[in-house]
Amino acid sequence: MDLATLWFALVAVLWVGYLALEGFDFGVGMLTRGFARDDRERRVLINTIGPVWDGNEVWMITAVGATFAAFPEWYATAWSAYYLPLVVVLIALILRGLAFEYRAKNDTERWRRWWDRAIFWGSAAPAFLWGVLLAGFAQGLPLDARHDFVGGMADIFTPYTMLGGVVTLLLSLLHGAHYVALKTVGEIRARARELAGRVGALAAVAVAGFVLWTVGTAAGMSPWIGWVGGIAAVTLVGAARRLTGRGREGWAFIATFGAIAFVGVTLFGTLYPEVLPSTLDAADSLTVHNASSTDYTLTVMTWVAVPFIPVVLAYQSWVYWMFRSRIGVQHIP
Amino acid sequence: MDVLDLARWQFGITTVVHFFFVPFTISMAFLVAIMQTAWMRTQNERWLRLTKFFGKLLLVNLAVGVVTGLVQEFQFGLNWSDFSRFVGDIFGAPLAMEALLAFYLESVFVGVWIFGWGRIPPKIHLATIWVTACATLLSAYFILAANSFMQNPVGYRINEEAGRAELTDIWAVLTNKVTLITFPHTLFAAFMVGGAVVAAVAMLHLVKGRRDPVTAAPEAASDAGAFRSALRIGAVAVLIGGVGTAITGDLQGKVMTEVQPMKMAAAEALYETEQPAPFSLFTVGTLDGSRALYSIEIPQLLSFLSTGSFEGEVRGINDIQEEYEELYGPGDYAPNIPVTYWTFRFMVGCGGLAAAIAAWMLWTTRRGSVPGSVWMLRAAAVLPFLPLAANSFGWIFTEMGRQPWLVFGLMPTASGITPGSTAGSVFATLSAFTVLYAGLTWLWIWLLVKHARPGLPDVSAEADWGRRRSRDVAGTGRDDDDADRPLMFAY
Ligand code: HDD
Ligand code: HEM
Ligand code: HEM
Repeated sequence: MDLATLWFALVAVLWVGYLALEGFDFGVGMLTRGFARDDRERRVLINTIGPVWDGNEVWMITAVGATFAAFPEWYATAWSAYYLPLVVVLIALILRGLAFEYRAKNDTERWRRWWDRAIFWGSAAPAFLWGVLLAGFAQGLPLDARHDFVGGMADIFTPYTMLGGVVTLLLSLLHGAHYVALKTVGEIRARARELAGRVGALAAVAVAGFVLWTVGTAAGMSPWIGWVGGIAAVTLVGAARRLTGRGREGWAFIATFGAIAFVGVTLFGTLYPEVLPSTLDAADSLTVHNASSTDYTLTVMTWVAVPFIPVVLAYQSWVYWMFRSRIGVQHIP
Repeated sequence: MDVLDLARWQFGITTVVHFFFVPFTISMAFLVAIMQTAWMRTQNERWLRLTKFFGKLLLVNLAVGVVTGLVQEFQFGLNWSDFSRFVGDIFGAPLAMEALLAFYLESVFVGVWIFGWGRIPPKIHLATIWVTACATLLSAYFILAANSFMQNPVGYRINEEAGRAELTDIWAVLTNKVTLITFPHTLFAAFMVGGAVVAAVAMLHLVKGRRDPVTAAPEAASDAGAFRSALRIGAVAVLIGGVGTAITGDLQGKVMTEVQPMKMAAAEALYETEQPAPFSLFTVGTLDGSRALYSIEIPQLLSFLSTGSFEGEVRGINDIQEEYEELYGPGDYAPNIPVTYWTFRFMVGCGGLAAAIAAWMLWTTRRGSVPGSVWMLRAAAVLPFLPLAANSFGWIFTEMGRQPWLVFGLMPTASGITPGSTAGSVFATLSAFTVLYAGLTWLWIWLLVKHARPGLPDVSAEADWGRRRSRDVAGTGRDDDDADRPLMFAY
């Protein structure tokens, strides 16, 4: 395997890691409205992700940084094409991040209400938009010979990419419900299980539709990866439903983790060897090879990534272990 | 304004605001770690109360620092895609290393620190704040290495065919001489910020406690001892930072004279080459900044700052302009002179004033005395803003002084911008970010003041946890008497 392919795989792993990790805290963020009945319950939800959400977000920062380092053309083209949606994502993530930290820093009803809105919309908007933007890679964008984006919003928000957004939104919500069921005690836990059952059915349908559409229109050269990933993803969503039904919350959580990962496999697997196809002229597409950095840079980055990604995984897992105990309304001071 | 100006304003505003929070986080993380270590060592509750008190300010600040950092990571692609294409092969590497080696550590361990009170063993808890603090150093180092490449490109070759710069030597990039001197200068400057916040807050509490013993909270008397310790730590940090920035700044001036003589000539608005050259404290010039009308000068100082010798020759703007025209073709190679001239002076001036106030604070509180003057109150109230302003002025000087280059000698700022970008969309996002950032900054100050105002917190629960070192209190409830015990800390 050449280095550019290795880095394509690493970038995919980082995005998948992001969607699977921040996915559940987006889900928990969305559950703070509607699902949580009062302020105490809302605080239980927020505190289940309190110690970990920022670490999860760094997966995205690293994915973006790695894309910049390994595929500067991809970063430059995609990020300038996605200008306005990305600004919306940024504003949402800014308000959401502040909300977690600031919500409890002042004791008035109005203050909390504003930050609660920020948590809900700041979770829902990126959960949807990241799906749209990543599906945009698989779909392709109108790029000219210089690889500059020459389209408009209608080329970014197409029915296909919006379905991608619905998929990430629903999977995040489902994943979040499993996480809540896994991390809480008492009545919240029971309600989260029940909700997961209902969202699970919807998510399975959306994922199946998205996978069929992706594989059917895949530009890349290996549709079979798309099939494998797609079947595994749908199976896991289904399995998660049965597992929650039987009270195996930990396994259900792992199942949705896997489902998100396999949706990523479908997406990036059918994309390879392109990274951003041009819908105008196939010759103008960005591929793993014409978008990548030099071999020297990729070698340097490999020397950094290969030893350190496992280290990061190790201490991040240690933190989840550290904070493994369940919490409930009685634990809120 | 055209799209280029708008994009530059956007970058400038978002970066400068990010850098309000960054030096605060870097230094406060260390100061809090020191306080917590003092508590673990002495078991004196005074240190624990200070840790919790200043730790809260750290968290208020960290939140804004983190979220504004997100924007930084995206910016190069949003408005500066041709810049990203041109330097991505080199510039992306330190950025990715920053994320992988520093941001993960920082955000994961600070999460443990925030929620770990009462849930993990105290020694591990102490280690997490130290890891966080050291990770801020790593992130500063890598981002400064990226920035230094733009100031002084090294370790690359130009690939004409691909139209980009390519990395040939990562080691050269990471040990760029600009990085090596910028890093300590930025760190010392950061310590002035955190030190000033700690010293100012402590001083305000001390002075208020003395001036108003009746209305002051009943525990004010016991707080006074703790605040006195904090004051000394903060003021010493400001002083060390002040001396450190002066020494490293002087060295940095010499490096800059070598790599970007135009920037240092612009810092002094020195049009003609002089030997020896004076340094002016204050100048009134013509409006377009092309000629000085009146100025107060210190003879030979500029020669010393730039060359290390009082007799050294310092080249003037006109001279360098001629040389650059020969080298790079026709064009205007001088940055905006009034901006570089004044930001340089404000940087040094604000920093110097902060150090002077810190020295005064140490002097008036020697041997247990407590100052009660209104002037001390006023000085304490402005103190934190001085190093903050000095930091911003320093960066504006650095970045504006590099103009018209984006990557010095390789890429003019005008060629870095995203080709298809329109003034309309950049204006829209510039407005959105400006409004949002103004709101953030306001909220930040408001919350800091709100949480700095009350006295030191009650820490009996934490102190108890700290003492039960031998027992398992790892948050599992296993060896704990009460599994339903509320969390010691929760959002
Ligand atoms: C508290 C803040 C502070 C203080 C008191 C000083 N500086 Fe500074 N200075 C900075 C904060 C700063 C900074 C914001 O951190 C900069 C921006 C880029 C950098 O490396 O540090 C900076 C940049 C900077 C540069 C430009 C370097 C470049 O273009 O890369 C020079 C030449 C100096 N400084 C020199 C000095 C001197 C001679 C000082 C005092 C005698 C001084 N600074 C005090
Ligand atoms: C946090 C510290 C920094 C501050 C406060 C800062 C400040 C600024 C300012 C004020 C400008 C506007 C200059 C102008 O309009 O002429 C600017 C431009 C720019 N800076 Fe920095 N900068 C910082 C660090 C960095 C770093 C670390 C990088 C690179 C990694 C960087 C890259 C750029 C770029 C790409 C531009 C846009 C082009 C330009 O207008 O010059 N800056 N910065
Ligand atoms: C313009 C280039 C810059 C980029 C791309 C950038 C990127 C970021 C990002 C993405 C974060 C959030 C990390 C998280 O989520 O935990 C962050 C925070 C941070 N950045 Fe920056 N940054 C820039 C400028 C700087 C500079 C010049 C410094 C230091 C000299 C710096 C030091 C820090 C530190 C210490 C933090 C963590 C503490 C805090 O958030 O306050 N950054 N930055």
